[in-house]
Amino acid sequence: MLRILTLALAMALGTLPALAQTGPLRIEIDEGVIEPLPFAIPDFVAENAAAADYAQNIARVVASDLAGTGLFREIPAEAHLATVTSFDSPVQYSDWKAINAQALITGAVSVDGNGRLNVKFRLLDVYSEAPLGDGLQFGGPAGSWRRVAHKVADQVYARITGEGGYFDSRLVFVSEAGPKNARQKRLAIMDYDGANAQFLTDASSIVLAPRFSPTGDRVLYTSYETGFPRIYLLDVATAARRALDEQPGTMTFAPRFAPDGRRVVFSLSQGGNTDLFELDLASGRRTRLTSAPSIETAPSFSPDGSQIVFESDRSGTPQLYIMAANGGEAQRISFGQGRYGTPVWSPRGDYIAFTKQSQGRFHIGVMRTDGSEERLLTASFLDEGPTWSPNGRVIMFTRETSGAQGAPALYSVDITGRNLRRVPFDGSASDPAWSPLLP
Amino acid sequence: MTPISKTLLVVAALAVAGCSNPDRFGAGSGGAGAGAGAYGMDGSASDPRSVAYFNQTVGDRVLFEVDQSSLTATARATLEAQARWMIDNTEYSATIEGHADEQGTREYNLALGARRANAVQEYLVSRGVSPNRLRTVSYGKERPIEICSEESCYAQNRRAVTVVAAGAGV
Repeated sequence: MLRILTLALAMALGTLPALAQTGPLRIEIDEGVIEPLPFAIPDFVAENAAAADYAQNIARVVASDLAGTGLFREIPAEAHLATVTSFDSPVQYSDWKAINAQALITGAVSVDGNGRLNVKFRLLDVYSEAPLGDGLQFGGPAGSWRRVAHKVADQVYARITGEGGYFDSRLVFVSEAGPKNARQKRLAIMDYDGANAQFLTDASSIVLAPRFSPTGDRVLYTSYETGFPRIYLLDVATAARRALDEQPGTMTFAPRFAPDGRRVVFSLSQGGNTDLFELDLASGRRTRLTSAPSIETAPSFSPDGSQIVFESDRSGTPQLYIMAANGGEAQRISFGQGRYGTPVWSPRGDYIAFTKQSQGRFHIGVMRTDGSEERLLTASFLDEGPTWSPNGRVIMFTRETSGAQGAPALYSVDITGRNLRRVPFDGSASDPAWSPLLP
Repeated sequence: MTPISKTLLVVAALAVAGCSNPDRFGAGSGGAGAGAGAYGMDGSASDPRSVAYFNQTVGDRVLFEVDQSSLTATARATLEAQARWMIDNTEYSATIEGHADEQGTREYNLALGARRANAVQEYLVSRGVSPNRLRTVSYGKERPIEICSEESCYAQNRRAVTVVAAGAGV
């Protein structure tokens, strides 16, 4: 009999037990996966009538999460030889081996009288005929069923890849409408997979480049509310916002949080010159980080908070530089042919993602923090503004098509350059920022 | 247990795009700087003291080379005329809008637009316009006036537009 662990959704994933087994059912992401791992996920068992729709829908979202990584391939239900009608009955592994499923995910759903959802699942290694890790149980309000499904998928991903998942996360981005010369822009937020989209601002002012706080509960962005670009801080739960730095005669933009969530680094333009500054959110105290006649913008902290990577044209063209978090001398790290911008440090600390412009094309790329191993992941008329998945394995960005009817959309690609996908959204969208995993 | 879905305030979710934006970039205006009439004081282009005269006869904008903020000879000639007009019409102030074409990242283009607006401001001040009648703003690549993705459009979008309005100071 399998042991079922019960965890509250609110608990951090870090409190989960260590993997029970790391057998043959394993994907090494670093090696560049060419053949996705085949899995089967029959509809979860509905343990009462109220759970019927959820049992099917949750399994579909889990399947979509896994297949969407490009690392897994679902064997569709039509090919299944067996059905799972009871969560606790033994699985006939031969039925799943026969259709070449390497992983089998089974689950059960119930909804109690208070509208609370309870979801149990198991991940089974078909060839070893053994579970991979413990069975696990998640609970939450029925309205949060998609999050429950993402939690299950994150568990499966983590057990098979040995890396953290990224499905229970959100995007904040700019929703765009209207003609190219009069675009309406609104801040919006949605699940990482495009579900549950909601607006955070109206269309009365241009808004640009939102960024999540390290805990995902606040958003920095730039707005033309006053007629001039200025940085704002918005609380996601209430949509309350405040201007952060209002010095007449200046413009502020490109804000990003420090890993401690208490400081913000940003660009300030005055007298035509753009430099980097840091703002302490509690005190409002502003500190200058760079002092050069060149453009300094698009700053991003290292995950440990000790360094900042940024874009500067001090050499004559925009290139990437790293300096200490309190300013001082900077080291150039980009040396390839072309113009580099919008560097973003990976949450793992191992790579820097960037936008590159070369020979009339735009690329999203990654390089090591010393500038080595530069790798371009995409190419198009206009790709820009990378943001990292919480596990540092996937990058989302803006791709805009050319011409009078040109419009932006969100795309994702993994750091090996595989699995380029458009993120579903009903309308044009730009400037995505990926949240950390939700609590 | 903590509720897992946060309540989001949906702000004006049903606003119809294009109807809630009262500023001069409203749909169909042709883009930044083209709609000084929104100030209600543009007057007739035959009146040399009018905004319409400034926009059409003096010339409200100067263009820049790719990734440059230095003023061309043509730009300097336009700005000489702008400066004379500003000196003769002290009841106006101006906002100088710097713009970039779409060939660049959003952040860099904001900074580039700031450089261009500043280059125009400095030139006007050097020709005797009081700095407290001028202010600058950058729109980066957010407000192209021409929307094709070819050099003919890009050349028109790499611009600084002097938007004059009634009011002696800023």
